[in-house]
Amino acid sequence: MHNFDFVKPSTIADAVKALTGDGAQALSGGQTLTPTMKQRLAAPTVLVSLTGIAEMKGVCMGDDGLSVGAATPHAVVAKEAAKQYPALAALAGGIGDPAVRNRGTIGGSLANNDPAACYPSAVLGSGATVVTNKRKIAADDYFQGMFSTALDEGEIITGVTFPVPEKAAYVKFNQPASRFALTGVFVAKFKGGVRVAVTGASNNGVFRWAEAEKALSANFAASALDGLTVSADDLIGDLHGTPAYRANLVKVLTKRAVEAAR
Amino acid sequence: MTKVTMTVNGKAVSGEVEGRTLLSAFLREGLGLTGTHVGCDTSQCGACVVHVDGKAVKSCTMFALDAAGSTVKTIEGMNNPDGSLGTLQQAFQNYHGLQCGFCTPGMVMSSAALLAENPKPTEAEVRHYLEGNICRCTGYHNIVKAVLAASGQDVPAVAAE
Repeated sequence: MHNFDFVKPSTIADAVKALTGDGAQALSGGQTLTPTMKQRLAAPTVLVSLTGIAEMKGVCMGDDGLSVGAATPHAVVAKEAAKQYPALAALAGGIGDPAVRNRGTIGGSLANNDPAACYPSAVLGSGATVVTNKRKIAADDYFQGMFSTALDEGEIITGVTFPVPEKAAYVKFNQPASRFALTGVFVAKFKGGVRVAVTGASNNGVFRWAEAEKALSANFAASALDGLTVSADDLIGDLHGTPAYRANLVKVLTKRAVEAAR
Repeated sequence: MTKVTMTVNGKAVSGEVEGRTLLSAFLREGLGLTGTHVGCDTSQCGACVVHVDGKAVKSCTMFALDAAGSTVKTIEGMNNPDGSLGTLQQAFQNYHGLQCGFCTPGMVMSSAALLAENPKPTEAEVRHYLEGNICRCTGYHNIVKAVLAASGQDVPAVAAE
């Protein structure tokens, strides 16, 4: 790995300042960025750790829903969101393995937007709001394709606010070697309708399955999906699964998520 | 080079590190604590697991400077004050929870983190918690038995799955 200067600010303002320099890169839990740097796929000259910023940590219930600080590790979300938003807590508790969950953070996962990461499906499926040091971004505008987001250079995610649905569940088909989702589906039933977000399936990253949302909004039952099919066009194909296999998984997992929703 | 200070196994330590120095490298090369093993260096195998502020983390996937000021515990801190093997370590020996021993430091540290959180885990919970620790010798059964024994529970005859 190429060397870099390491800075660990304790406020968002100092972090924003540290990120203005050339070659500066934000570091959260580092569970993706560190291996990426070891492979020299990233070589920042300044690494700005965000895990020392107290105001970016913690889970709390507010008027707009459940707010999760961007630097909150998965293990903390799994524990502290368990009562208020069990489906989100269960998703966080299933990411990677225990040691990864003690370091990896929601903000890091969303900034990276890996096409097979779990968190993007919860954020898009809940219609959550991504809060940054500059603005609030609706989930529908935030995700812009594989590893691509609405974030500007040097913009930091400070938290995420989740509206809490009546019922929800996340079901993933585990890729046991990487512990990512081979495909995963987040289903959330709100008073006003159902949202279905799919990760691990598309070359364009996380997406909403509109036909399933319509069918489930009319009838929240696994059987409501019986007549639907998912196109394999532009789905991910690799040695673990073909696009057609993933297309089938999307439907199977959506049904399972509907049945598991509570 | 930057000076880093932390508490490791109850002692205040410091050293000069680069930005890129991993916690695993600081422990092994900086402090000579070579009990922490680097198996894969790609965050997959768990041989390098240590506790940072009480939480199990992969020390090959954390920068030493990110652990500045933290309290770190490694396998060298797991024995009893008189130098004899700690409960978990002794259970690994009693139940033959290792063959080559390379993964053992990480297995013990992860198991200790599990028992701190969940003092009486079921067999399934032990297996689930050790998901991020890979052992290529034992087939895991004796490791699971050792953790159950260390938790003070009866050790079932674990069948191959």
